[in-house]
Amino acid sequence: MPILLDLFLSFAKIGLFTFGGGYAMLSLIENTCVEKKKWITQEEMMNITVIAESTPGPVAINCATYVGYKQKKMLGALVSMLGMILPSFVIIYLISMFLDRFLEITWVANAFQGIKIAVGILIVDAAIKLLKVIEKKPLQIILLVVSAVAMILISIFSLGISPMILMLSAAAVGILFALFAGKLRKEGNK
Amino acid sequence: MIYLDLLLGFLEVGLFSFGGGYAAIPLIRDVVLSRGWLDDEAITYMIAVSESTPGPIMVNMATYVGSVKGGALGAVIATTAVVLPAFAIIILIMVLLKKFMQNKFVKAAMDGLKPCIIGIILSTGLFMIANNVGILPSFSVNLLTLCLTAGLAVVYFGSRIFMKKGLSPIALILISAVVGIVAYGVKQ
Repeated sequence: MPILLDLFLSFAKIGLFTFGGGYAMLSLIENTCVEKKKWITQEEMMNITVIAESTPGPVAINCATYVGYKQKKMLGALVSMLGMILPSFVIIYLISMFLDRFLEITWVANAFQGIKIAVGILIVDAAIKLLKVIEKKPLQIILLVVSAVAMILISIFSLGISPMILMLSAAAVGILFALFAGKLRKEGNK
Repeated sequence: MIYLDLLLGFLEVGLFSFGGGYAAIPLIRDVVLSRGWLDDEAITYMIAVSESTPGPIMVNMATYVGSVKGGALGAVIATTAVVLPAFAIIILIMVLLKKFMQNKFVKAAMDGLKPCIIGIILSTGLFMIANNVGILPSFSVNLLTLCLTAGLAVVYFGSRIFMKKGLSPIALILISAVVGIVAYGVKQ
């Protein structure tokens, strides 16, 4: 199959089955782009996740653009992004036009309750897969545990604190740690 | 003019929403309310629909608001506007990527960011599971959901450990939808 068509269809498939937003989709992207198609490595998947989380916009669009650009530059990026958008665009457009009380249909609501269970499992699965590719030194373990606990507290008490604040702090800790360890000076200034 | 309004409103959403769909919901709510596109009840329903249909939540919301306010053209404009900043920024990073990723400060920051983001993702998943089951935040356990969650988790992770390929995420989603229709349908 031509690579552009392959990109389009693969991302359309991911877009069609991604419920519950970006995090759940990381599992689907990993399964397709790393395991099946081998378009990117597990380490690149980790980097994409960090970049997608640190840049604005839907995580799915960030990921599709990255993988598409890596395969076929601009055209690949465009085709992958369109593939990602098309299923949701068509579905939402039809719902907004024709289905006024979509969520009140009993079997739709039941199916979604079931899907929500899968979404939770897939998000945990995505985290476990990413965990395999990072170093596990004390700095990493502490940052991971602190971030996870902080996020859970933020969610339980609906504190309205953006995860961005956690991420900025973690980036600062990373830089300070490197400065402290003398890594930045030894390897030349930039 | 509504088209220009949709373009600017959703460019703003696309440009300032960090951390994916759920984090963007308050921002979208704010943009939609402040421009008087929908009332509070309509937005709440729209958010529920966007969460329950496939695809990125932000894209779903943009398509929904766009089509309600400006028909097919409105939907296209709003959707394009919401993805444009993310697309442009990633292209920019990709073009500069080699230099960007080799910068010592970027490397050091990434060392801190990676475990933090894994922690955020892990806790989001665990919180969602706890929320489905009912343990958090209200301590009222839904026994049926607890059993279904445990069952699906065992089947999914078990298949990945003991079989060469295991269940794909898409297979898990399809199975869980059918399980949901049957189990919650029977209960009612």
